[in-house]
Amino acid sequence: MSILADESTRVLIQGITGREGLFHTEQMIEYGTDVVGGVTPGKGGEWVLGKPVFDTVKAARESTGANASVIYVPAGFATDAIYEAVDAGIELIVCITEGIPVMDMMKVREQLDQSTSRLIGPNCPGLLTPGEAKLGIMPGHIAMPGNVGVVSRSGTLTYEVVYALTQKGIGQTTCVGIGGDPVNGTNFIDVLQMFEDDPATEQVVLIGEIGGTDEEKAARFIASSMTKRVVAFIAGQTAPPGKRMGHAGAIVEGGAGTAEDKIAALNAAGVRVAEHPEQIPDLLV
Amino acid sequence: MNLHEYQSKLRFAEYGIPIPKGRVARDPQEAYEIAKELGGPVVVKAQVLTGGRGKAGGVKLARTPEEAQQRADEILGMNIKDHKVLKVLIDPASEIRAEIYLGVTNDRAARKPLIMASAEGGMDIEEVNRVSPEKIIREHIDPFLGLRDYQIRNLAYGIELPRELWKQFMQIARGLYRAYSESDATLAEINPLIIDGSGNLLAVDGKMSIDDNALFRQPQLAEMRDTSAEPTAETEARAAGLSYVKLDGEIGCMVNGAGLAMATMDMTKLFGGSPANFLDIGGGAKADKVAAALRIILVDPNVKAVLFNIFGGITRCDEVALGIIEALDEVKTGLPMVVRLVGTNEEEGRRIIDEANIPNMVGAATLADAARKAVEAARNVQG
Repeated sequence: MSILADESTRVLIQGITGREGLFHTEQMIEYGTDVVGGVTPGKGGEWVLGKPVFDTVKAARESTGANASVIYVPAGFATDAIYEAVDAGIELIVCITEGIPVMDMMKVREQLDQSTSRLIGPNCPGLLTPGEAKLGIMPGHIAMPGNVGVVSRSGTLTYEVVYALTQKGIGQTTCVGIGGDPVNGTNFIDVLQMFEDDPATEQVVLIGEIGGTDEEKAARFIASSMTKRVVAFIAGQTAPPGKRMGHAGAIVEGGAGTAEDKIAALNAAGVRVAEHPEQIPDLLV
Repeated sequence: MNLHEYQSKLRFAEYGIPIPKGRVARDPQEAYEIAKELGGPVVVKAQVLTGGRGKAGGVKLARTPEEAQQRADEILGMNIKDHKVLKVLIDPASEIRAEIYLGVTNDRAARKPLIMASAEGGMDIEEVNRVSPEKIIREHIDPFLGLRDYQIRNLAYGIELPRELWKQFMQIARGLYRAYSESDATLAEINPLIIDGSGNLLAVDGKMSIDDNALFRQPQLAEMRDTSAEPTAETEARAAGLSYVKLDGEIGCMVNGAGLAMATMDMTKLFGGSPANFLDIGGGAKADKVAAALRIILVDPNVKAVLFNIFGGITRCDEVALGIIEALDEVKTGLPMVVRLVGTNEEEGRRIIDEANIPNMVGAATLADAARKAVEAARNVQG
């Protein structure tokens, strides 16, 4: 068992013919992911890596029965790619693209709330269900199947933690990178709930970083709604305070968002917080 | 990207928001001339990209042009929270009957823009929020619908704004939201919005922050970036597409990904060292970017050791390895270097490093191992 994706997930690649898209599609296929096709406007009818390319997501979905999509298109076009996938009724959309303006993401959120699609990201490494499917750019060889769920706001820091788990022989159900942008499609609480509901997941690792209040909210959710053990790591204890301008940010967030605040909130919820990423396996016994 | 007060106010003025008729001076003589031209008392205001300048003495009243010249002389060159004052804004002084706060920002928790107003504007607005948050009236905005007039009335009613000012307030709030959304701002704030001696509303101070991710479609705003007061390394890093912040420690760090970069910095501290910088080479960095990053790190005279921590996903370890070798051809350094390459194309990356056979470079398998080696190496250099 796993969450979000498994070996039966039929995956479409938006931006399959681009440099990054092509490279990572190949790795996804090698990993055993069921990639059923790709989309690049203007290149419909071509074949890459043995997969058909379509001009539109709608055509691709009709022809392949895809139920998930991974987006590798550049920032200036990524918002449109998300809308297109939502409109075509793709159930799971994973957007790897970094650098999408916040205003665009606030609009995407409004659209998503009125659809049945779930978006992971943007600016994220995607997700990996070890031994079954890889939707995104997480290196496959660092993970192994098991019973620990991993959810992270970071990209490469997630790999670090997953790698450390695997080195110690602790496997994972699914590793989910939700992305580091201020506004994203899926937050900690969404994923924590999925892990709580997934019978195969026995423990959960949460990886957060400074900024925003998502970790504090996750801590409250863990205290009120989770029966499974959660351990955490928060990056940014030595990061300098941001060059804050104006008062609006402070009014909205009330000065929260430092590593100390987050660690205190998690500890108060009974979550043990590791001093460094490679210490996490020791907390999961 | 943050805009100066004068840049923000000029932007606001384009959206019909009334601002004082001041100008920017770069030296005391210019301040004198502007004050003389404006006539009457003026305020001399430091233009720095940081908060708290009023409390730091960067805002002074002057009754005559001579006095304006003298105040400008005092303020120019001041250091406010590590920001050197290179420009002052000379604004006509206004009689202040009331100070209102009006700001639009992104509420990341609600994932919507948020407009806020308070009758108790001014420097202590954050204190107002702490002590009596109900005195700040808030309206979330649907990004597709934009700010609706009824929401502005809710604000005006909530802050008990005199009826005769509602029309002006409507125009200002509409303009502020348009300035925010059309500029891809993450913050557009008027604090204070005053009721002046003639009973009209006037935006005497303003701040804007622009979403860096949107600068590609805001070329006019991108050009307004003021790099004169920022360390050259940060300007160079931005030009190379790197995210760099200089710190005070001795371990130069080059990492891919912001979260891992922060975790790597935290690790150097855990092992008794301290980071010289935050540096994220970003996803998919190629050789030239890595070379630029290394040059920037090595310019810092405090750096005693360099720690490379690359966990390849979209970034390929072989590309990074090539970048390191290329950079070392160009920038010779005898400083100890610790390299850790894991993930996409790691074998190829390690092979490139091994074959280059650089005497002052060692590999590391784990993050803890890498951090420990870098801290020890830096200590030996110092000793």
